[in-house]
Amino acid sequence: MALLEVRDLRVRFETHHGTVRAVDGVDLTLEPGETLGLVGESGSGKSVTNLALLGLIPSPPGVVEGSVRFEGEELLGRSDEELRRIRGNRMAMIFQDPMTSLNPLLTVGRQLTEVLELHKGLSRRAARARCAAALGEVGIPSPEERLDQYPHELSGGMRQRVMIAMGLLCEPALLLADEPTTALDVTIQAQILELMQEVQRRHGTAIILVTHDLGVVAGMADRVAVMYAGRLVEKGPTGPLFAAPGHPYTRGLLDSVPRLEGAAGEALASIPGSPPDLAALPPGCAFAPRCSEALEACRAERPVLVDLPGARASACPVLAGGGKKTEAPA
Amino acid sequence: MSTPLLEVRNLARHFPAGERSWSGAPRQVLKAVDGVSFDLERGESLGLVGESGCGKSTLARTIVGLYPATSGTVRFEGTELTSLSRSAWRPYRRRIQMIFQDPYASLDPRQTVAQILDEPLRLFGMGRRRERRLRALALLDAVGLNPRHVNRYPHEFSGGQRQRIGIARALAGEPDLIVCDEPVSALDVSIQAQVINLLAELRERFGLAYLFIAHDLAVVRHLCERIAVMYLGRVVEVAGREALFRSPAHPYTQALLSAIPHPDPEVERTRERIVLTGDVPSPLAPPTGCTFHPRCPHRGAVPGNRCATEPPVLLTDAEGRQRACHLEPGS
Repeated sequence: MALLEVRDLRVRFETHHGTVRAVDGVDLTLEPGETLGLVGESGSGKSVTNLALLGLIPSPPGVVEGSVRFEGEELLGRSDEELRRIRGNRMAMIFQDPMTSLNPLLTVGRQLTEVLELHKGLSRRAARARCAAALGEVGIPSPEERLDQYPHELSGGMRQRVMIAMGLLCEPALLLADEPTTALDVTIQAQILELMQEVQRRHGTAIILVTHDLGVVAGMADRVAVMYAGRLVEKGPTGPLFAAPGHPYTRGLLDSVPRLEGAAGEALASIPGSPPDLAALPPGCAFAPRCSEALEACRAERPVLVDLPGARASACPVLAGGGKKTEAPA
Repeated sequence: MSTPLLEVRNLARHFPAGERSWSGAPRQVLKAVDGVSFDLERGESLGLVGESGCGKSTLARTIVGLYPATSGTVRFEGTELTSLSRSAWRPYRRRIQMIFQDPYASLDPRQTVAQILDEPLRLFGMGRRRERRLRALALLDAVGLNPRHVNRYPHEFSGGQRQRIGIARALAGEPDLIVCDEPVSALDVSIQAQVINLLAELRERFGLAYLFIAHDLAVVRHLCERIAVMYLGRVVEVAGREALFRSPAHPYTQALLSAIPHPDPEVERTRERIVLTGDVPSPLAPPTGCTFHPRCPHRGAVPGNRCATEPPVLLTDAEGRQRACHLEPGS
């Protein structure tokens, strides 16, 4: 049984400018211990997908539909109280900005011990010992003293380590990491990524890594899913997908990344135009207005994600022609 | 050789920090920029890289006169700028322009694009009203925006388009030097590539010199022939693009290059990596000697504990590369 099965996930927000379909029919599966890279640019719906999995979309204005099965149980439609038993326990999260996602008024120790008191029913003293050990495990020196400090007394890298330690306290089966290193410098990013991999090896945690950084995905993810304008445009195992992208958007993204080798000073390949307004999507493929391969059909009808050999799938009829059609989402 | 366009010598910018004593004197001094020297030739593009807090933005702002220098000199075509009065600065404002990181914060939301572009043209006395209008339209065209959108407000544009407006504004006074402070780091990858290409094209077309500040070495590699690496307020290495990426000479540059994830799974999973331990130290209490020594993987290789006691000087080798490190070259 898959650890996580997401079917036809849809999130829309009713706004003054109309209905914004932030996530529009996303299917994902995740096996235990696996890392899935969820890639896309700002507004592609990757963070909203993550929040929807956790039941953290405020309603109203948000409306979440579809199915999210985690360890065999349906999560959508559960009460907040039931979700709280899962969140932070079996399923934990790390957010991008450790400064705003840690409570500035509570000591690091208080925020950490709370998790264990709540989910594991430990006494505060026992929880404190476990938390000190957890901080040590993520490479924080003199963890006992850190427990009595406030978030502002720690550096950015330290705060992100605290977030990771907090996420892993209950040894969750699934860790949702939303741009966990984007706010950090590269040398600190390298430390944090190595730490996440080590923790994963030790505990067998599955990770959904939301990021815009293709370099981070290349090093971390077993499989990659690429989002554009709220929809999945391509997914597949990391190696083959990077070697031969099955969607013009993925190819454009990979070509746009400035590299450290090869010819310097030459013009970078770039994708013309900018991402569409989610409240006014074109009728066909959302990427068609920026796509050099687009056919008449692409502009008229929305392409569906088609299964391809090698556990891949692509929503581009041009690059992925001849595959077997999956059921069109209702 | 003729005078360089920009000559920076021992430039320092210190900030008072922390509590003040009973006499009002600050108890601590934050040395954001601490003795930086470099030259920039006409039409050249120099990259300045380093991590957050290394002082690269402060350096940029001190050079363009947004911050007064604590000590040291900045010469533009031989004229010393740091001691100029406000009015004497004026002609140089036109010739030295700046592009900022955040395209959302650097444009006045209540001005139309026409007003944003007209302001520098009017202040620099560049033509009458009609001529200025035509010039504004030409500027929009030059940065790849539709001149018909000249009466729109910044919020009607996307992030990448806003950055183009900021670039058009910098170009308005026909500058010789543009100081670019992280101009693409707030943009998405696909848009970032468009703006990088635009900056390269404009430089060619107008013969601009860039001082290009970024934390992303790959971006700098695309736009700059020469690159300076900063750590805690000092320049630790300066080298030509090819040399720096082929054989980085300072241990910090080596670690910085090796920390960048490579967007190719095969390369990324097999390459050797130098993972530094520890965080960047606080510039309020920088380590003694070489400020990088507590994180340096080679600190044991220099005899006599010099790394911890003696600050290394930026020395130039026979090929013109500069490095501030006690290690034997090539070791």
